[in-house]
Amino acid sequence: MRMLGLKTILLAAGLSLATAATAAAPAAPPPFAQAVPEAPGATDTAPTIAAGAPATPAGGTPAPATPVADPLSNADGTPIVAPVEGVGLPVAKGFHIQDQVSPTGRQARVFHDAILMPIITIISLFVLGLLIWVAIRYRRAANPVPSKTSHNTVLEVVWTLVPVLILAGIALPSFSLLANQYKPAPDNAVTLKAIGNQWFWSYEYPDHGGLSLVSNMLREQDEVEPGQRFRTDADGPRLMATDNRVVLPINTPIRLLTTANDVIHAWAIPAFWIKLDAIPGRINETSFTIEKPGLYYGQCSELCGARHAYMPITVQAVTPEEFEAWVRAKGGTMPGDADAAPPAQMIDDTTTPAEGVNPNTIDATAVGVTTNQSATGTVN
Amino acid sequence: MTDVARSPSAFQAHDDHAHHDADHVPGFFARWFLSTNHKDIGTLYLIFAIIAGIIGGGISGMMRAELMEPGIQYLPQWASMLHGEQTFDQALHFWNVLITAHGLIMVFFMVMPAMIGGFGNWFVPIMIGAPDMAFPRMNNISFWLLIPAFLLLLASPFVGVGAGTGWTVYPTLSTYGEPGMSVDMAILSLHIAGASSILGAINFITTIFNMRAPGMTLHKMPLFVWSVLVTAFLLLLALPVLAAAITMLLTDRNFGTTFFDPAGGGDPVLYQHLFWFFGHPEVYIMILPGFGIVSQIVATFSRKPVFGYLGMAYAMVAIGVVGCIVWAHHMFTTGLSANLKIYFTAATMVIAVPTGIKIFSWIATMWGGSLSFKTPMLWSIGFIFMFTVGGVTGVVLANGGIDDYMHDTYYVVAHFHYVLSLGAVFALFAGFFYWFPKMFGRMYNEFLGQLHFWVFFVGVNVMFFPMHFLGTQGMPRRYPDYPDAYAHWNEIATYGYMIMAAGMAIFFVNLFWSLFAGKKAPANPWGEGATTLEWTLSSPPPYHQFETLPKID
Repeated sequence: MRMLGLKTILLAAGLSLATAATAAAPAAPPPFAQAVPEAPGATDTAPTIAAGAPATPAGGTPAPATPVADPLSNADGTPIVAPVEGVGLPVAKGFHIQDQVSPTGRQARVFHDAILMPIITIISLFVLGLLIWVAIRYRRAANPVPSKTSHNTVLEVVWTLVPVLILAGIALPSFSLLANQYKPAPDNAVTLKAIGNQWFWSYEYPDHGGLSLVSNMLREQDEVEPGQRFRTDADGPRLMATDNRVVLPINTPIRLLTTANDVIHAWAIPAFWIKLDAIPGRINETSFTIEKPGLYYGQCSELCGARHAYMPITVQAVTPEEFEAWVRAKGGTMPGDADAAPPAQMIDDTTTPAEGVNPNTIDATAVGVTTNQSATGTVN
Repeated sequence: MTDVARSPSAFQAHDDHAHHDADHVPGFFARWFLSTNHKDIGTLYLIFAIIAGIIGGGISGMMRAELMEPGIQYLPQWASMLHGEQTFDQALHFWNVLITAHGLIMVFFMVMPAMIGGFGNWFVPIMIGAPDMAFPRMNNISFWLLIPAFLLLLASPFVGVGAGTGWTVYPTLSTYGEPGMSVDMAILSLHIAGASSILGAINFITTIFNMRAPGMTLHKMPLFVWSVLVTAFLLLLALPVLAAAITMLLTDRNFGTTFFDPAGGGDPVLYQHLFWFFGHPEVYIMILPGFGIVSQIVATFSRKPVFGYLGMAYAMVAIGVVGCIVWAHHMFTTGLSANLKIYFTAATMVIAVPTGIKIFSWIATMWGGSLSFKTPMLWSIGFIFMFTVGGVTGVVLANGGIDDYMHDTYYVVAHFHYVLSLGAVFALFAGFFYWFPKMFGRMYNEFLGQLHFWVFFVGVNVMFFPMHFLGTQGMPRRYPDYPDAYAHWNEIATYGYMIMAAGMAIFFVNLFWSLFAGKKAPANPWGEGATTLEWTLSSPPPYHQFETLPKID
């Protein structure tokens, strides 16, 4: 089991290095990664937690003593927490927006449900009502002689100004929502870096000793070789369950960084009202806070090739204490640890930008930044 | 509105004696392959658009079949039929080929050729009292460039694995994510189709500015001509930007440049800015001629001049202008700064104002009128309502903060199919039935026309309305397979497709029955409400009209 896990890590590292090598030779046309899908393929057959290998932080920091068992998984690698119907998931025949568990998500949902939906419904019904009224009242049998009216200045001014006022009424809460969504994460935020790959997500926790994991979609029982791990209902619904969940603390600001190694992907969790493109060569940033523990599912939301529909995102939100236990079990460190200074190269990525700097887009100097770091986090 | 039917003495279109030269029709090959006649070229465009529509609509049928149930049902067989035994990944890639082909065909080879090439060619010269387009031979090459463009796109899945990039062709998926010649062929196809449209736009602008009959001032032009004029300017401004973007894509793919490759200092987001700088005007290119068609029809069947003519004309100009500065609302999740997102939110919502003016003016045109509900009018009223529904969901999506949830979900798919599949396509059918007697000299079958409308109306609504629910539930677009929770609405959407397809079957029965057995059409089958110049000519019009230019009072 351990061997398989290590093999996975080596494959992932090799993949990262290969991409970095490509980046270093810009003149060469990048090869189509025919072999790449095999790497994640190997990963999702791994019966153990693929990224569970302790990642010793650079700088000679001693690794934690014997890593304890993952507090969120059973001994066989299956998860302890199973999804709850209707939380962080689409529901069958549902027609509403998914329940929101972040403050900005709740604000946005109220804006949509209480302001936008009533306005657009009323406007649509108003137009429909007018059409039905004129169709009945002014049909040829009822009104054989048409009027010749073709101007009414008052009316034209009214139907120009009233929409302006309605739109202004929409714009105010809209801008307020945007302002809240763009509040930069505070210094004590937990940083999660999501890296899109064809076709799986890899993650890094740069503030937690370079802890990293690779998250692959779990296949169905009839799609895997006997003995390999397959999806169970405890993992989540078909096409949404992953072998390794992203674990995040609740009631703690999360700074999400996204980038990609190959093509553009998009990291999305509807229940957080978060969708951010993962673009090769740049690092996008946003932040959110999860208010309730639980499992939240999302799917890649930017066309990224053949298995675009097969790279889901699974977030398990836990209490900060459980999060710390999980981090330590994975061999990571907490930012408060005296000797856990992160490797120098990571500081650039995680520092909150100064006031006045656009907090959303930090251009990475090159793709190599991303890939080298990912390799360091896993190979050491 | 120009009211020339009341003063037919101004010219001699009905005078058969004046027309012995006018009706000298060339032989079959010279007429249809070397044509310089705007009406024949318009007919060619319409035939082309109908064929492309059948192919694009057939592809959407394949997509709805695959999406009817969760899981992958048909893709492996279809992919194998194309290239022999295929891996699962290649089958999934074939899905991306389907969505790409559907988008490109419907946009570049169905809606645009039908709206601008078809109805624009047929009726802009007639409506302004011109004998033909300004550059008849350029008109010919505009059409014939479309044929190789379409063939390149159709052939692309056979020379490689097919272009699976989506119609937006975003790098870096379209650069190193797609090997083989397919994407290059699709790019070349867009180049040629774009060149065709630019030539067409130049032709329309020149024609409208220089060839109006005496007295036909800009402010007397029918609104359809106004709509084509604004559209032509949008084409002229937007298409070169697309050409630049896809040329850079081509050199990135084949010649080692790195415009969009971060490894060489490029930026994939730059492509998105360029693409949408073209792409957003493009959506107005597709809908503005529809606005013009609906304006003509609503006035005709209300027996009233269009309400607020100047407001209607300048609302289209405003939509065209503002439509050029809202492009980044397609890119709300790419990491725009807060200020940019606020700007693009506000600018996008501004478009709702002139659009609202148009909706209310159409209703005001009907208000007090004497309405008859012939097939073209049904399609137009359907257009007004469905476009309103698509428009208000556009206002929802305009909010950058809301778009973080909706972006790239089925809510967006529902939105743009309401404005295109139920907007632009309804306008196309409205125009087709409205002008069918004029173009082909025979009446369409009224019963089949109305039946077609109702079946199609029910079908597209059953197909697209549930997509709003899939979107609010979070289903991403461009997925061949989806979690089981989305099964219900997807199944219903596929039933909607079947109903819609039945409606199209009625359309084709009507089309062929009417072409060969329809009643002979009079010059003006619509009565006193039809006041534009085409109704003063015979049905079909003489091969060359207006040898003596009409005078407009």
